[in-house]
Amino acid sequence: MTVYYTKEHEWLRVEGDVAIVGITAHAAEELGELVFVEAKDEGTEVAQGDSAAVVESVKAASDIYAPVSGTVVGFNAALSDDPSLVNRDPEAEGWILKLRIADAGQLAALLDADGYAALIG
Amino acid sequence: MSDSLLRTPLYDLHLSLGGRMVPFAGYEMPVQYRAGVMAEHQHTRNAAGLFDVSHMGQAHLHARSGRVEDAALALERLVPADILSLKTGRQRYTQLTDGKGGILDDLMVSRLGDTLILVVNAACKDADLAHIATALGEDCIVEPLPDRALIALQGPQAGAVLARLAPASAEMRFMDVAAFEVAGVPCVASRSGYTGEDGFELGMAADAAVRVAEALLAEPEVAPAGLGARDSLRLEAGLCLYGSDIDRETTPVEGALEWSIQKTRRAGGARAGGFPGADIILGQIEGGVSRRRVGIAVEGRAPVRGGARLFADEAGTQPVGHVTSGAFGPTFGGPVAMGYVETAFAATGTPLFAELRGRYLPATVAALPFVAPGFKR
Repeated sequence: MTVYYTKEHEWLRVEGDVAIVGITAHAAEELGELVFVEAKDEGTEVAQGDSAAVVESVKAASDIYAPVSGTVVGFNAALSDDPSLVNRDPEAEGWILKLRIADAGQLAALLDADGYAALIG
Repeated sequence: MSDSLLRTPLYDLHLSLGGRMVPFAGYEMPVQYRAGVMAEHQHTRNAAGLFDVSHMGQAHLHARSGRVEDAALALERLVPADILSLKTGRQRYTQLTDGKGGILDDLMVSRLGDTLILVVNAACKDADLAHIATALGEDCIVEPLPDRALIALQGPQAGAVLARLAPASAEMRFMDVAAFEVAGVPCVASRSGYTGEDGFELGMAADAAVRVAEALLAEPEVAPAGLGARDSLRLEAGLCLYGSDIDRETTPVEGALEWSIQKTRRAGGARAGGFPGADIILGQIEGGVSRRRVGIAVEGRAPVRGGARLFADEAGTQPVGHVTSGAFGPTFGGPVAMGYVETAFAATGTPLFAELRGRYLPATVAALPFVAPGFKR
């Protein structure tokens, strides 16, 4: 199991050909308490960098971009009733969506934990 | 952050309270503190929130004759409200209008003794004061008050808190204005605000603002609240944000603000009209408008934001208006919005559909405010 990070403050945990995607603790802190989270419908194909989900705080909506190209194969249904789960446990229980990875080669260009830690200082 | 941004006298206090500073109307202002927007909103609804609104424009309007009635009559040449009948110790909401009936800004006008006090929006203040000085210069002197700070204390506990520090405040009711000391600092207080709650706005000399803010924050009921909470609170309260919900393209009647135009200024009144755009605005009061500002409650939990289009039908083929501001309402417990719809769709309860990310969410025209006001009438 390998965890990657993006400069857009997402994390993805790769399990086989599926990536579980969420936002980092740093991003969750910056956004403040979330009031709504939704992902693209299952089966939607997204290219790397496309919006794959949306998280909303009281004040603003923010896109979650697909860190790699793939197909949406799951959404964390617990967030429908309790979007602030993302704030309480952003990098585990507060995961947002699952993507079936189309091109595993894209993973190599993502950040590792040290690289992300350096990014956010 | 850019060096060109201005700071209020409470800037260092904001930083020490963990304020997250953002550019707003030319100022560096706290959008939130450590507690976050949601908690600051709830704290203001449940206890008392302290807001720095020193970025807003404050000014005195004096008549060259020295008679406050002359200043009031002069100001009536620019706003549709009855200013002449404003008694000393009272405040009134109104708008600066243009010749098309559009709104240049909205403002609060207070009379305290022989002085008219204006509070205008930060982003408009230079233009407003120039406009007033140009239009009324023969009769009036506009005295900007850049060295005054403004602090809002809002929430159901605001009255108890301020009564402890300034017993005279207990006598005030909604939209009263009075002068008294808070923590030894002379203040001009109005019992009003921008949250729908009971509360006060306190004006004082800039160099004494920290002393007042710290004295209020030392009270157990008071916590700081930022611009984020201010926006969700005012939206739940159904209050307009200038530049979003009202602007030069909307009239006070389209904006559902005709309650702020007293009978004396309407057709048949003692001082009917006489303000820019009066023909259009008074005509709209009599004859109606083609679109109205309304509240919009959206089903589900997804907030619908300003700019979202509104439709009469689920397929999104019949556009009837658009959202001008929207957010999740923490007290309402769901998405809240306001916007403009064609008058035929403006009745409370009318079903609408709000466009969000390619879908059309069921929504309903809702009575404003979304949350019952807590004013001390």
